[in-house]
Amino acid sequence: MGLAVPRFWREIPYRYNLIGSRCRVCNRIFFPPREVCPYCRRKSLGKMEEMKLKGRGKLITYTIIYTPPSNFENQVPYAVGIVELDEGPRITSQIVDCDPEKLRIGMRVEAVFRKIQEDGDTGAIYYGYKFRPVGEDEDKGETG
Amino acid sequence: MRDVAIIGVGVTKFGELWDKSFRNLISEAGTKAILDAGIEGKDIDALYVGSMSPGRFVGQEHIGALVADCSGLDTLHIPATRIEGACASGGMALRQAYISVASGINDIVVVGGVEKMTDVVGGEATNILAMAADQEWEAFFGVTFPGLYAMIARRHMYEYGTTREQMAEVAVKNHENGLLNPNAHFHRKITVEDVLNSPKVADPLTLLDCSPISDGAAALILAPLDEARKYTDKIVKIIGSGQASDSLALHGREDICTLRATVEASRQAYKQAGIEPKDVDVAEVHDCFTIAEILAIEDLGFVKKGEGGKAVEEGMTRLDGEIPVNPSGGLKAKGHPVGATGIAQAAEIVLQLRGEAGKRQVKDAEIGLTHNIGGSGASCVVHIMEVV
Repeated sequence: MGLAVPRFWREIPYRYNLIGSRCRVCNRIFFPPREVCPYCRRKSLGKMEEMKLKGRGKLITYTIIYTPPSNFENQVPYAVGIVELDEGPRITSQIVDCDPEKLRIGMRVEAVFRKIQEDGDTGAIYYGYKFRPVGEDEDKGETG
Repeated sequence: MRDVAIIGVGVTKFGELWDKSFRNLISEAGTKAILDAGIEGKDIDALYVGSMSPGRFVGQEHIGALVADCSGLDTLHIPATRIEGACASGGMALRQAYISVASGINDIVVVGGVEKMTDVVGGEATNILAMAADQEWEAFFGVTFPGLYAMIARRHMYEYGTTREQMAEVAVKNHENGLLNPNAHFHRKITVEDVLNSPKVADPLTLLDCSPISDGAAALILAPLDEARKYTDKIVKIIGSGQASDSLALHGREDICTLRATVEASRQAYKQAGIEPKDVDVAEVHDCFTIAEILAIEDLGFVKKGEGGKAVEEGMTRLDGEIPVNPSGGLKAKGHPVGATGIAQAAEIVLQLRGEAGKRQVKDAEIGLTHNIGGSGASCVVHIMEVV
């Protein structure tokens, strides 16, 4: 669609480092970061602080995409899921590094840093998080 | 607030209409509605039109004025307003038109819905439809619109044991109904096996779980109930109107299997109408994907949460069932020109309540409901109508 680079550049801290936000009134945690807590609203103004998320969680649901949008044609079939992070927020992401047929609801996953898409041969390359399955016994330590 | 009646309807053929432009479609629907109501152009006080993305589909914005112009209403200088709410644009336009008549600001209002989706090439329509999702935090990561509903479907199967076959039954039923609707995009009977064996789009959904990319338009004429008899004796009254919103992204909702916007919009509409879900005789619901019709009949309160799949399988929603759903063929078979859908649903209910729905007529229908969703459920509009 030809959007200027800043449209993507300004989201880099959040997409590269999984930075969400916490409401200092009710302690709820959000991703992507929010300006206003939808539970505390005006009381939360000026009280939302950035917070780095650990990038671990469980798979709530998923799909395997066969008809892709632009820029994803060479990736099909690929899995996309909704992950519930251990801190609470839910996040939409590709699920990678495994056979999509072996995915199951409830499985543990962790965030990895990957290329998401590129604007043709000469445009910008966009990076961010994807998630991959992790065995229960390996499920400790920092984000991969 | 004044009571409001729908006194005229007009619908175009839905489908891949290569010889029809955006302008052709909406002016055809509007003209039909005006003739049906027995009004003249000079009777019209205002125009509303729902359209999701003419800017991307045909490269045209400023749609309110355009529609007044191409319908021959430009010389009357009436207010002409375009309403956008993704696939709920039509339903929202109807609600705005309804509010404007109920409030007393306008008397006769024409409200249309239109989308011309086949003027773009390749997969561009998929990209445009995905704009109803959260661009920054859903679509950016490669999820498509069918992908979002596929994730709802998988979770519904997991939580409630809903089966692929039950979802396929929605498509089979709606294609059967579409056979009886001359304006439907598809006139083809399909089987459960056809649905299961059609190409995968976003697992577990296949091509025949998805509504098509269609061109089409629809229009209605609204009037104060007190004045409606001046024009026609075929009067259908709007007895309930509700609208609600929810988080734009599917991942922002606590319960992936419930569209809270549907629950809330229908609660408002039932309350205003003073009826309960069981009082509805016929419904047009937003089956953009087969799973969406199962969600709709649950969230509208026709069945308990989790029992939608079973209800479809047992025939409750067939033309001869307890609550016939989507007698028009629904979005699945009638077609889904997104901006037109909400208005076309209302037009179908008006025909059903007048007893003019031909071979797909639901017997003795007196109260009808329309349910129009935007995006993966971030917007919902519900209207309830009764024959006068």
